[in-house]
This record gives sequence, C-alpha cells and structure tokens, in this order.
Amino acid sequence: MIKTVVSEDLAVDEQFLICKNVVGSKGKDGKRVCIVTGIHGDELEGQYVCYELLRRINLDPNSLKGQVEVYPAINPLGVDSVTRGIPAFDLDLNRIFPGSPNGHMVENVAHQVIEDLRGADLVIDIHSSNIYLYEVPQARISNLYADKLFPMAEMLNLDFIWIHEAATVLEATIAHSLNSIGTPTIVVEMGIGMKITREYGDRLVDGILNLLSEMGMWNGAKVDEVNKPIDSRCGEVNFINASRSGVIISAVKHGTRIKKGETICLLVNTLDGSVQEEVKSPVDGWVFTVRSYPIVYEGSLIARIFTEKD
Amino acid sequence: MKLTNIFTMKSPFRDDFAIPGYYFGNGEKTIAIVGSMRGDEIQQLFVASQVVKNLARLEEAGMISKDHGILVIPSANHYSMNIKKRFWAMDNTDINRMFPGYDQGETTQRVASAIFETVRGYEYGIHLASYYLSGNFVPHVRIMNTGYQDAEDAQYFGLPYVYMYQPKPFDTGILNYNWQIFETKAFSLYSGSTESIDKEMAKMTWLSILRFMNSKGIIKYPCHGGFHPYVFDQSSLHTIVSKQAGLFYVLCKVGQQVKAGDILAKILDPYTGETRAVIDSPIDGTIFFSYVHPLIHQHSRMFQILKF
Repeated sequence: MIKTVVSEDLAVDEQFLICKNVVGSKGKDGKRVCIVTGIHGDELEGQYVCYELLRRINLDPNSLKGQVEVYPAINPLGVDSVTRGIPAFDLDLNRIFPGSPNGHMVENVAHQVIEDLRGADLVIDIHSSNIYLYEVPQARISNLYADKLFPMAEMLNLDFIWIHEAATVLEATIAHSLNSIGTPTIVVEMGIGMKITREYGDRLVDGILNLLSEMGMWNGAKVDEVNKPIDSRCGEVNFINASRSGVIISAVKHGTRIKKGETICLLVNTLDGSVQEEVKSPVDGWVFTVRSYPIVYEGSLIARIFTEKD
Repeated sequence: MKLTNIFTMKSPFRDDFAIPGYYFGNGEKTIAIVGSMRGDEIQQLFVASQVVKNLARLEEAGMISKDHGILVIPSANHYSMNIKKRFWAMDNTDINRMFPGYDQGETTQRVASAIFETVRGYEYGIHLASYYLSGNFVPHVRIMNTGYQDAEDAQYFGLPYVYMYQPKPFDTGILNYNWQIFETKAFSLYSGSTESIDKEMAKMTWLSILRFMNSKGIIKYPCHGGFHPYVFDQSSLHTIVSKQAGLFYVLCKVGQQVKAGDILAKILDPYTGETRAVIDSPIDGTIFFSYVHPLIHQHSRMFQILKF
C-alpha cells in the first residue's frame, strides 16, 4: 500500500511528497523493517534495491511475516533533478537530522521522516558514495552502536563492515538520529553515484531477505549462504589523496588486492602530455574505494585501502 | 600592509588558486578577520575589503598600535564565487563545515586546515557569516555557547544586538566553534544580506569592526561608541512559519519595530493573485530576520521577531 509520509505545499502548484510502500502487516507482535534511500539525490543504487526487493516479495507475499516499508526517495526534489542536496536550499539533507517540528521546511521534513521511522525494528539507509568514488558493498557503523548493529550487518551479504569513530558532525545524519532514539539503523554504501550497479543491488537484496529470514520475517526463497564481510577492526583503513591537481588514469579496480609499490593510477597533465606522478600503493591491501571521476584537485580522495593486521 | 598567500593550489585547468592574507601592524597575534568562505558571500567580501582599505590607511597614518598584529582574509573561496556556486567548485563541500581541517585530507579539509593554522592563536577572531536561507538579518554579533564564550567583549562592536547561540551538532565544524575551542574569543558578524551588496548595512558592519579594534586599543580610529547592545538567546526569538505557499510579498523591513497585529507580508496565489494569507506579527518586537525570496514554500521560516 502506497502511503504519503510527507506532503508540503511548494510555492507554485506542486506538492513536496515523500511516499513509502508498505507491504505485509506488522500485526500485534510482528516486526517492521524499513528500507530508506535517496537522501542524496545523486545516489541511485538504492533505487534498484527498492524495485528488486518489492518484486521478490510481491512474487511470494505470503512468505512475508511482518511489515516491510520501502522509502525510495527521501529527497524527491534532489532525485528528480540530479541534485545531491536539497534543491533551492543547497543543503545536505543528511546533515540536518533529526530536524525540528518548528523549523524551516527542510528541518520540518526531516523531523517528519524521523517520526515515521521511529520504532522500526531495523532501518537500512542505502547510499552510493557520490559521483566520484566507486565503493564495494559495505556497511558503515559508528562504534557507539557497533555491538548492536554488527551482527545484523553481517547478514546483509556485504564485503566490508567499517566501524568508524563517532564524529560530532555525523550526529546530524539520519542514521545517528535514529540510533540515538533506539531505532537500529545501518548505513549501506555501495557502487557509485548516478548509476545502478545491478550486481551489487542483487547482492544486497539477497542479504536483506537473508536478514529478514533470520529475524523470522521471511519464509520465502533466499540464498543458501551470504558473504562473510571483512571487519574493519581487524586492520586499518589507509586513505590515498591526490598530492596535486590534474587528471588521473586509474590502474586498479575496487574490490581488488594490491601490493605495496604497485600503481594505483597515473596523474597526468593533458596539456603537455606528461605524467605528473605515478601514484603507488603505500601498503599491501584491499582496495575497497577507488576514484572513478578523473579530475582531481590536490587532496581529492583517490582510493581507500584496507590492510589486515598481521 | 603585508600580503601573504596562506594557501595555494594548482587546478587542473583553471588559474592557480590562492587565499591571500593581509597583515597589518606588528607583534602579537591580536585579531584575525575572515570574510567570505562561500561563493555567494558577496556582502561579506565587500565588508572585508572595506576593512582592508581602512586598515591600510590607518597603518599609513601610524594609527595601528604598537605590538598588535591584525590579519584579514577577505576571501577563501573565490573559485566558487567566480562561477556563481555557493560551495566548493569541484565537490560542493562547505569549507565552513571542515574546521579545524586536516592538511592530509580532502581539498576543503586542506583549505580549512591552512586557514585555521593561520588564524588560530589570535586573541580575537571575527567571521563574516551568512545564513542558508535567502533573507536579511539585523546586523548583529553572534556568539556560540561553547563554554568558552565571552559576551562581555561583544558589546564593543556597538551593534544593536548580541545573539548567544546554542550550537547544533553540525555547527562543530565551523570556524567560530573551533576558534573558541582553541581559546580565541570568536564572534560571527551578520551584516544584513549575502548575495548582494547592501551598502548601509555593510558600512554598519565594517565600522563596528573598526570600533571594536579602537575600543581594544588595537587601532586609533575616531568614532562614536555605537549601540549598547541587547544580549539575548533563542528563547527571545519568535519564529513565524508559513502555513501556505505562493508568491511572497514583504511589507516590512528588518530592524523595524512592530506591534502585535501589524501586517508583515502577504502570500498570494501565484496564478490568480488572490491573497492566500496575510501575515501579521503575533507579538510586539523588532523584526530580526526576514525571508526575502519572492517564492515561499509551506513551513518556511518567514520572520523572526525579537520580543520586547
């Protein structure tokens, strides 16, 4: 059943609408899992997950024991206008949660979204990095909530679970806001902005159905076994940033192993045809993030490499 | 006056990017002033440029006191200003959410780090700030309640209001907050508008900076004392939010004193021109903030009235 979560008048003959699809029934003691995406309007990997998850549930609706709610576009103006933030306000929606009932429209919308998700047994917030970086399927969890969320994230068929330090600025995200009120929320990052990577979408849907099954909410078809993700606490994340501005020509793929001294990319000057720098890996490790967008400024992130402890 | 670039960077194809710092006087790190950090902060750039102009003349006339050092950074983001973008030209990140910065991090973290390493350690810090909504404020001094705040010194600007602001989580990355954490007495100055120049309010703001420096003995600048400011916090502001959307027709100005029932604005049907709402003030007070864009959505912040 399609329900309207938020409806606000825009200036000229239009409604600001956030909708969700509610499938199944929570019943008296049933569980409720929410799939949220489209907070950043340029991150579209979650669109496929919403479609595919609903498609599979709709094929076998009687196997769903509980309620699944799918929110494909928390930032509908952004998704529909290829805009990462909230158009007209130039604000990152994921930096104004939990919002405020008495605040400006965007803060009010954030508040309504939180209130709608409040009390769910689990929320999965799907992101796709940004338009610059390709990511392997991974969960990102603040160490404040790792004990509770890690066991659930492990079931999602991901490659990596990154437990990160709590940062005050991240307290304004939807995930932190929900976790802080006792609504467990896992952030999934995968793929890249403005694209759909179907393989990753299928994997995550397999993982979600696996988790629903483990939660006693799904009796239908599911994969026999999900991928066991790498736990970031077993090693360290190395950041490779551009030492100068230019154009990069990548030499590695995300999700591959690299040895210390191997080339990550060439940083070239396309005006004079010279190689400015051969960017090499400082460590042996696993490339779980790699830059796709070729233009870099000094400091732009080129790759993240995970190295396991000896 | 000494001009030094505090940050330089090459671009793939644009001209080199540099953030200039204008130094005046000698000796102690007394006061640092940071102007525009977002590409739409034209008013802030204008105010900072006028401060530079005045300080250059004062220095020539020997009116900067001995052992006092002054730094002005008029612009930290003209790469965005030149292409009419608000945030960083490449990745749309906000320099003023990256403090204290990280010199090995992403580009705007590096820019923030370079600025912060330059301006930290000053006794006083002034940031010419802007607001995310399209609107105007009464010129005022804003101080964050971080536990290190100093409202007493704010009166020396001689602006009519001092707003003691309770920071939110996303404020922890801004310059003012980090300045205070590192023991600089930090003030954010709101100078009316943002994207356009309001000469009257700009002048009020740059004169307030000169007045502050004069009061603190940093410069000798003949001026009157300005206002004895009213110090308040969020609880003194009454926010009026739109219940309707449409064309927004403002009938008042910031700084204007109003009585309960005075009409502030109208919201019109954008097709028929019929009045959808007449916005009146629910209380007596001063209009502290006014939204100015001619289109308004439902639940938008239209006015903030500072209660009497």
